[in-house]
Amino acid sequence: MSDSMTILLAASLTIIGAATPLLFAALGELITERSGVLNLGVEGMMLIGAVSAFAGALITGNTYIGVLCGAFAGMLMALLHGYLTLTLMTNQVATGLSITIFGVGLSALIGLEFVGVTVEPLSNLPVPLLSEIPFFGTLLFDHNLLVYLSVALVFGLSFFIFKTRGGLILRAVGDSPESSHALGYPVIKIRYMALMFGGLMAGLGGAYLSLIYTPMWSENMTAGRGWVALALVVFATWKPWRVLLGAYMFGGVTILQLHGQGFGLDIPSQFLSMLPYLATILVLVLISRDRLKLRENSPASLGRTFRPTA
Amino acid sequence: MKNNFDDQEIGQPRLLLQSVTKEFPGCLANDSVDLRIEPGEIHALLGENGAGKSTLVKMIYGILKPDSGTMIWEGNKVQVANPAHARDLGIGMVFQHFSLFEALTVKENIALGMTNPPAMDQLEQQILEVETRYGLPLDPNRAVHSLSVGEKQRIEIVRCLLQDPSLLIMDEPTSVLTPQEAETLFVTLRQLSEEGCSILYISHKLDEVRQLCQSATILRHGCNVGNCIPANETPASMAALMIGEEFEVAQRGEHPEAGPVTLEIRSLSRKSEQSFGIDLHDINLEVHSGELMGIAGVAGNGQAELLELLSGEVLSAADEILIGGESIGHRGSTKRRQQGLCFVPEERLGHGSVPDMSLNDNSLLSGFVSQPFLNKGFIATETVRKFTRQVIDLFDVRCPGQDALAGSLSGGNLQKFIVGREILQQPKVLVVAQPTWGVDAGAAALIHRALLQLAAEGAAVLVVSQDLDELLTISHRIAAICGGSMSESYDINEVSAEDVGLLMTGVSLDKSSTKPGPAQGALQ
Repeated sequence: MSDSMTILLAASLTIIGAATPLLFAALGELITERSGVLNLGVEGMMLIGAVSAFAGALITGNTYIGVLCGAFAGMLMALLHGYLTLTLMTNQVATGLSITIFGVGLSALIGLEFVGVTVEPLSNLPVPLLSEIPFFGTLLFDHNLLVYLSVALVFGLSFFIFKTRGGLILRAVGDSPESSHALGYPVIKIRYMALMFGGLMAGLGGAYLSLIYTPMWSENMTAGRGWVALALVVFATWKPWRVLLGAYMFGGVTILQLHGQGFGLDIPSQFLSMLPYLATILVLVLISRDRLKLRENSPASLGRTFRPTA
Repeated sequence: MKNNFDDQEIGQPRLLLQSVTKEFPGCLANDSVDLRIEPGEIHALLGENGAGKSTLVKMIYGILKPDSGTMIWEGNKVQVANPAHARDLGIGMVFQHFSLFEALTVKENIALGMTNPPAMDQLEQQILEVETRYGLPLDPNRAVHSLSVGEKQRIEIVRCLLQDPSLLIMDEPTSVLTPQEAETLFVTLRQLSEEGCSILYISHKLDEVRQLCQSATILRHGCNVGNCIPANETPASMAALMIGEEFEVAQRGEHPEAGPVTLEIRSLSRKSEQSFGIDLHDINLEVHSGELMGIAGVAGNGQAELLELLSGEVLSAADEILIGGESIGHRGSTKRRQQGLCFVPEERLGHGSVPDMSLNDNSLLSGFVSQPFLNKGFIATETVRKFTRQVIDLFDVRCPGQDALAGSLSGGNLQKFIVGREILQQPKVLVVAQPTWGVDAGAAALIHRALLQLAAEGAAVLVVSQDLDELLTISHRIAAICGGSMSESYDINEVSAEDVGLLMTGVSLDKSSTKPGPAQGALQ
């Protein structure tokens, strides 16, 4: 393999690494938002997921158990969010922000004694035979379990949302909780489930960061990825395929920014770091131009508290 | 389940309610109500707004749970846990406020209303079958937000029919239909009734109830005040039972002397921006001061587009719309209000009022232009309160008080409030859409009287409505809109209901052959 191929391969692999946590968190948020709940606590949930996963892996010595701990912790945070916004009917924006701030603080507290410690990262599971193919084998078929899972989830969730009855009900609840309630669907329960799935996915995203991307714990290690994930969902107009596209693009820009600095590229790194957000604003402008398209794509009740009455 | 009636199970009603009671905080919605519906019967449930009809049917459909009382379904005592349970029993319901999902397609909406829907392509077949069988055309793959109100209702009906119900509850189904459409619906309902399906029919249109229903239960203030056989009653006698007192029907009076033209539309054309909107073609209209002009038409024929242009939510070329000879087509709604144009939109919640704001605030929002509600930019709270108080008193708005949220009022009371708020601003021109949709007879009469009174005081009143009876009762002049084109306008005494029905389908009247009799025969 030539040198340039090796560099390209290495860059591609790092892009996958940078994109996967975003993909997890954004797919989870996509499901949550499809049910009409805005979860601004993704960043906090990812951090709690990251620290719990790290602790789990360190204590048990099993990285997979660590991953499960991360997912579970993210789900617990979502449960808290749900109890506040769905049962006590607090404002979703304020609650989400508080959850993030809470998550930042709590994860730092839990992680105090883990700083500087490392764990064994999740090992790769190469697909037999396929991974032997030069270049593409390594690029596509030699990854850890979570990378495979994240891509499989894009297929799975896309099918779920648009092709199954469960997905139809989820979209219905997000579009009009009032109508769903009138037809007898348990709006609050469905929103709890969607929210907890979102938390679980954010936890997985966090676990990926602390167990694979950089197999160690450092305070505030998500560095705003939760917010990027939120932006991605809008960027993707609530469609899983576009989340995949967006996550890899954002991942690519992140890596480009690192390598650009390495190569002494004359673009300020701040400019590159802001590209993802700029792209989101651009997409927001574009999708808001067509009122009808927006109406069909976005969950109409997003962020609105639903009180089941008569 | 349905095949049992050939067995002559005489005496076993399809549905029997016994002393059903439901209390909300501060309001006894149903007080020991009885109801009995026979198999295959079309049974009317009558009552004013707020009489407890909706509460009662919601309990039958499992949305609400009764505090006490029993429900017996086909001889078995049941407690309907939720709507899915009701559907399993064979109860279908068409809601007054549709429970539809705007972002989803017709097909998806129908699937959501079914307990065990078949696969999507199979469902599409079934939908098309039911649509042909009952004459309810609708494309299963269109997104709901692009449909007219009338079409949305069709979704609800088709959704119920697919479940093969043995009791169909219909909450004011014809309030949005033309006479012709209503007639088609009646054919459908009679067909269903003959097939053995019972129908519980809620309507304010007593003529309709007499035509269609075999028996009726009347509610007043949550109590069962009697049963009757509608065919043996007059609309007035039923109304008296509902309200408990006689009420005064609006009288149009003679067509007034033509005053100056106050509202004028000149060759107004507009391409719709919505994918399923209606383009307006060369609309010309003159409304004189002192007259009430009615515009008939089936929903989705350009009314929404025309109203947007009239209210100023969408702008046109300056001289396409004139008030008192002044071009205002390019002016926004506040400027138009300054010129004396007031507007009552079709949608009460969210368009005519802000549901989460108090009545006071809602007065302020539309009244600040013409009323002294602002004092150097500050809100003159007392003036607003006084104005609101006046609207509530004059228009008999029943509400807990002027600080009540607009969204907490029943449909009819909110409509009275909105109409009253606009009328008390003493407009030169009032444009009203669907003034009495879903409003009970007493409130409708009050709104009609108020509109006529306003015209008599010299305002130009334009009423856009799908309720032909209403237009024939109150208009001095009438025209119809069809496919985005406006018909000629006629003096109300020149045309019959059938004539207007034809105008609504886009046929122009050959008025040179004058007398309706032969001309009509020829046209049909």
